Amino acid sequence: MATRRDFLRASGTLSGVLWLSSSAISSLAPSRSWALELGVFNDLQSRTLLQLTRHIFPHDTLDDAVYAFVVKDLDTASAGDQAVAKLLSDGVTELHSGGDWLTLSTAQQFASVEKIAGGAFFEKIRSTAVVSLYNNELAFAHFGYEGSSFEKGGYLNRGFNDITWLPDPPPEASPSPELN
Amino acid sequence: MAAFAHDDNSVVVVIGSGAGGGTLANELCQRGVDVVVLEAGGHESIASFVNDEVAAFKQLGWLDHRTSSGSWRIAKDFPNLPAMICKTVGGSTAHWAGVSLRLREHELSARSIYGDIDGANMLDWPLSIGELAAFYDRAEEKMGVTRTHDIPGLPGNNNFKVFYNAAKQVGYRSANTGRMAINSRPRSGRAACQQLGFCMQGCKMGAKWSTLYTEIPAAQATGRLDLRESCHATRIEHDNSGKVTGVIYFDANGEEQRQLARIVCVAGNAIETPRLLLLSESSKYPDGLANSSGEVGQNYQRHTSGSVFATFDEPVHMYRGTSMAGIVTEESGHHPGRGFAGGYQLQSIGFGLALTAGFINPGGWGRSTTRAIDEYANMAGLWIVGEDMPRTSNRVTLNTNEKDQWGIPVANVHYDDHANDIAMRAHGYRQGRAMYEAIGAKNVFEAPPFPSSHNMGTCRMSERPLFGVVNKWGQSHDIANLFISDGSQFTTSGAGNPTLTIVALAIRQAEWIGLEMNRRSI
Repeated sequence: MATRRDFLRASGTLSGVLWLSSSAISSLAPSRSWALELGVFNDLQSRTLLQLTRHIFPHDTLDDAVYAFVVKDLDTASAGDQAVAKLLSDGVTELHSGGDWLTLSTAQQFASVEKIAGGAFFEKIRSTAVVSLYNNELAFAHFGYEGSSFEKGGYLNRGFNDITWLPDPPPEASPSPELN
Repeated sequence: MAAFAHDDNSVVVVIGSGAGGGTLANELCQRGVDVVVLEAGGHESIASFVNDEVAAFKQLGWLDHRTSSGSWRIAKDFPNLPAMICKTVGGSTAHWAGVSLRLREHELSARSIYGDIDGANMLDWPLSIGELAAFYDRAEEKMGVTRTHDIPGLPGNNNFKVFYNAAKQVGYRSANTGRMAINSRPRSGRAACQQLGFCMQGCKMGAKWSTLYTEIPAAQATGRLDLRESCHATRIEHDNSGKVTGVIYFDANGEEQRQLARIVCVAGNAIETPRLLLLSESSKYPDGLANSSGEVGQNYQRHTSGSVFATFDEPVHMYRGTSMAGIVTEESGHHPGRGFAGGYQLQSIGFGLALTAGFINPGGWGRSTTRAIDEYANMAGLWIVGEDMPRTSNRVTLNTNEKDQWGIPVANVHYDDHANDIAMRAHGYRQGRAMYEAIGAKNVFEAPPFPSSHNMGTCRMSERPLFGVVNKWGQSHDIANLFISDGSQFTTSGAGNPTLTIVALAIRQAEWIGLEMNRRSI
């Protein structure tokens, strides 16, 4: 994974370049490079939290640009709450206590994540990520969810019943739409 | 719109504006009664609703602090969110999915038909099917329930197509798009469903019935409704004779107010309703109002539930169209040979990406969780909703160690699954899995219960005052001018989604209150 990542090491910024494989996401992005401004985390903290989130919710083909939203939200939470800032900062420091955690193999990293699972540091990341990682337009594109539909007129004429790999139920079970 | 004086003691005060309170308020106004509605939430609209699961939850959800305890998984997965209900004008009719089922004979007579069950506090409703039928009829007409009153059924979405075929493969013959309070054609000035897929985030078409844009404006049009939003009731007061006299509340500016009342009707959903009665304790009523039986807050029921999600080689897009699109009723009878009393319904359910991630394995992480999400586009889902057991120990109490934003003790919701609930859920999982596997599911995921949207039983109806809180009109046994007007009244939960019954009971209660007011008996 590391070879596909191209971090620019700017302080206070988490940035990268979209993977060539991220075609669903690329179509939404103005350019291939991306960057998020951070208010609290330094470079090591932001990269560590991103990699940790990849272990907690691993989607091999999901771009770092999406995981970066989790880091951004953790950064925002840290800016607003010193206890959160300390929890995350201490957690990162602890992870690196035996040397640069980011240089460990994926398996070694995972073993250390298993050890902290359920703890406050892990839970803060997990509970943030379960919302931040999935409720954004890039994740929607990646996983095949179409998001808000009202402004497009819903799905009545856009495939709400379009699958063809199963027979259609009879009209008494599922009537045809009324013509308005 | 009316504005009554705080010292006007001729009004009926209704606390809550959801299925119970909103309907009751309108029905009373139509009968010429002056009503003040105190609604804790603010006023959203079809225009302000958002097609975003997380934003809508923050906009509409009841997010005031609560705690939970007991062996149910909710206490571990969502300790401060035991219930997913709404704090907004229209209450949880903003969030409900529209499934409109009547209670049936065996459910109204659960104790007589199921017999006594160890560890359960079984009781028959003091109401018969015959007494309820006409009110169900009126509720269905009011709400525009499909497949009743010559209203056509809704068309099934992809999730239903999978559900239907899966049901058929295992021999279920009942699968159809169900009775739904969602317009299949324009009706009552409201649009037809456009299959947006955000039923539970506030219907932006207004096609799904909600008191927000039906009962409440109809009540306002009479000139007899004083709707006070962002007004949080904290105490019901009484006089020396024991009759209630008014309600203390915090208004939108955070100022404490007192509204006098001839009658008080509580419809704050089955957690806030008993909380308010308990908070209103006094020297005359040291255990809280209407609590001579001790049953206020007890018998908390939330339906036995669980979900089955399955993934396939082909796409499903379960998020397209109505969130709950179909029903199988074969398991809803009382057939003790299955190893449990009562029955359950199977209903198709579809979530967006965020709720799927949040609910498919709460607290989970790693590949066992993410492999489900990786297959999101090819996923179908169904929900098990079944009768759960009333238990004395499953109860809403005041947690005096934790306070809400007003400095008032929060509600604690304690729930232990009964053996009957566990057996029923296991059966539902087995049937749901068999359905999807019969049509070639790749992976099947059994998801635990969500935070409760069906909350019932905490001020239950009983024939005798010893065994419950209210009589068959929802009038408290102890205090003649205090009524309960929401799902708290349910004697037992039945297997069906509760809203239709709440509305039917509210129509019936309004009629009775109107007659009794004319007779000057209350």
